[in-house]
Amino acid sequence: MSELHDAIQLEREKYPEGTRSAILPALRLAQEEHGWLSPDVIREVADALELTPAYVESVATFYDQFHTTPVGRHMVEVCTNVSCALYGAQQVLEAFEGALGCRAGETTDDGAVTLLTIECLGGCGWGTVVAVDEHYRLRVTPEDAVTISEELRGG
Amino acid sequence: MAAEVKELVLANATTSLPEYEASGGYAQLARARTMTPAQITEELLGSELRGRGGAFFATGRKWSFVPSKEQIPKPHYLVVNADESEPGSFKDNEIMSRVPHRFIEGCYITAHAVDSTNIFIYIRGEYSGPYEILVAALEELRDRPDIRGDVSLVLHRGAGAYICGEETALIESLEGKRGQPRSKPPFPAISGLYASPTVVNNVETMATVPVILAVGAAEYAKLGVDNSRGTRVVSISGHVVNGGNYEIEPGILLRDLIYAEHLGGGIPDGHRLKAVIPGGSSTVILTADEIDVGYDFDSLAKLQTAMGSAGVVCLDERVCMVQLGVRVSEFYEHESCGKCTPCREGTRWMTAILRKLEAGDATRGELDLLLDVCDRINGKCLCPLGETAALAVASYVAKFREEFVAHIDEGRCPFGDTSPLDHVLAPVAMHAREPAGVPA
Repeated sequence: MSELHDAIQLEREKYPEGTRSAILPALRLAQEEHGWLSPDVIREVADALELTPAYVESVATFYDQFHTTPVGRHMVEVCTNVSCALYGAQQVLEAFEGALGCRAGETTDDGAVTLLTIECLGGCGWGTVVAVDEHYRLRVTPEDAVTISEELRGG
Repeated sequence: MAAEVKELVLANATTSLPEYEASGGYAQLARARTMTPAQITEELLGSELRGRGGAFFATGRKWSFVPSKEQIPKPHYLVVNADESEPGSFKDNEIMSRVPHRFIEGCYITAHAVDSTNIFIYIRGEYSGPYEILVAALEELRDRPDIRGDVSLVLHRGAGAYICGEETALIESLEGKRGQPRSKPPFPAISGLYASPTVVNNVETMATVPVILAVGAAEYAKLGVDNSRGTRVVSISGHVVNGGNYEIEPGILLRDLIYAEHLGGGIPDGHRLKAVIPGGSSTVILTADEIDVGYDFDSLAKLQTAMGSAGVVCLDERVCMVQLGVRVSEFYEHESCGKCTPCREGTRWMTAILRKLEAGDATRGELDLLLDVCDRINGKCLCPLGETAALAVASYVAKFREEFVAHIDEGRCPFGDTSPLDHVLAPVAMHAREPAGVPA
């Protein structure tokens, strides 16, 4: 059995037997390992949880953080909800689009970075908030967007 | 009410267990375990604490609804709602990050009060910062059976869904399903997680519990004003000098929250306040003329609005209210779980009409249609998501009607790109684009 399978069994132990509660932790582990949740990965998770792939997919597609299409090696998610927008999130987003050479919702040609807009990240007083590989950068300016883009494409 | 910061929940901020214990941390847990559950619940009732998630339900009453194990012979669960996702609110983020042990102590005390040995903390998936702090805090407790007792505590990460802040959707999600609200009754106190008696409490509520035991219910209930006792951590953001979280006593004037030098600090760059969202984007908006109001439940209720999840968003005169409507409606459209037709279809209709209005292409009849759609969502869904979206947007129309009409009469947006909300790309708009594909 794979390492992923074993890791998922450890997650299952945290919840009462016979429940499906380990599905979100399992999908997170799978995505961390494979980058995105391909049909094969969904099947692997389903097998580890003793569920059907159809059920696992129905859950995975409900949640924004799970990617059922390919994404880049890095994720840049710009909050464009009201508070961040008031601080200039749209300008930050456009700076990322310019620096990365792709539009929001797309991945750079070299497969390095996927750029997304995201709903409120819960850092409203410290906007514009950008999650870079799930870690928050606060008070991001368009200039910072250029620096972050270079950082990610170099790394 | 003095316009002062009053730190109880956020006091003596530390992520370190020895430092927390040195300032009296976990002493209330030890004391609570010498008390019966009923005695702790009595303390909470006396403190008049009301839930800090947004619904403002009396915490002690909620606990008292849990049946005895003789009545329902099943395990009791404590589920902590750390799925803070309301636009404008970021207080739980700061509470978990700055006082993780006070929060955890509150969870353990509450577990004892509701006769539970199983705690699940459902933390939103995006909060990797607070999550890592909580993981480290729990690691510090690994060798402390005196604190952990026989209680299991599981940190459960969400995966990006606003709706999971609704308690029954959260429970569904925690059970490994799509996060869609349940029909109530039965309420979670009777049949919640795994069809067992369950208490769902917010992060700030949990972090307040040890404070109440430390200062005493009677002292705590002297703070604030009638029906809004104690302290509240308020998130301030938007067009304001000092965006951040401030713990205050309810009853403080909203004007002071925004303008006091050591609080919001006023509106930056010589601009002037136009409107305030008082309690997260789900709440009815206030105009700049309505801010001489107490920031408390009763005072805000008189203006048909609420503290909600305490997210105060300030908007200056450059902001187009139709654009605000578009952006807020897009959020709720994106986050609607799709279960109830009025919300699923209604939020989409709201966005479509608002976009048409903003472009200057709508008629007066369509403005009426917008309000009609809002009305057809209200009171017709299992959870408040669609309803609060409708009430919020309808309040923009009610209080800034001349702006909406100007878009129709002029055939364009009078603000255009001078408004900071002009053509902001929402995720729902991004998703609507053709998939671009990813290079192999």
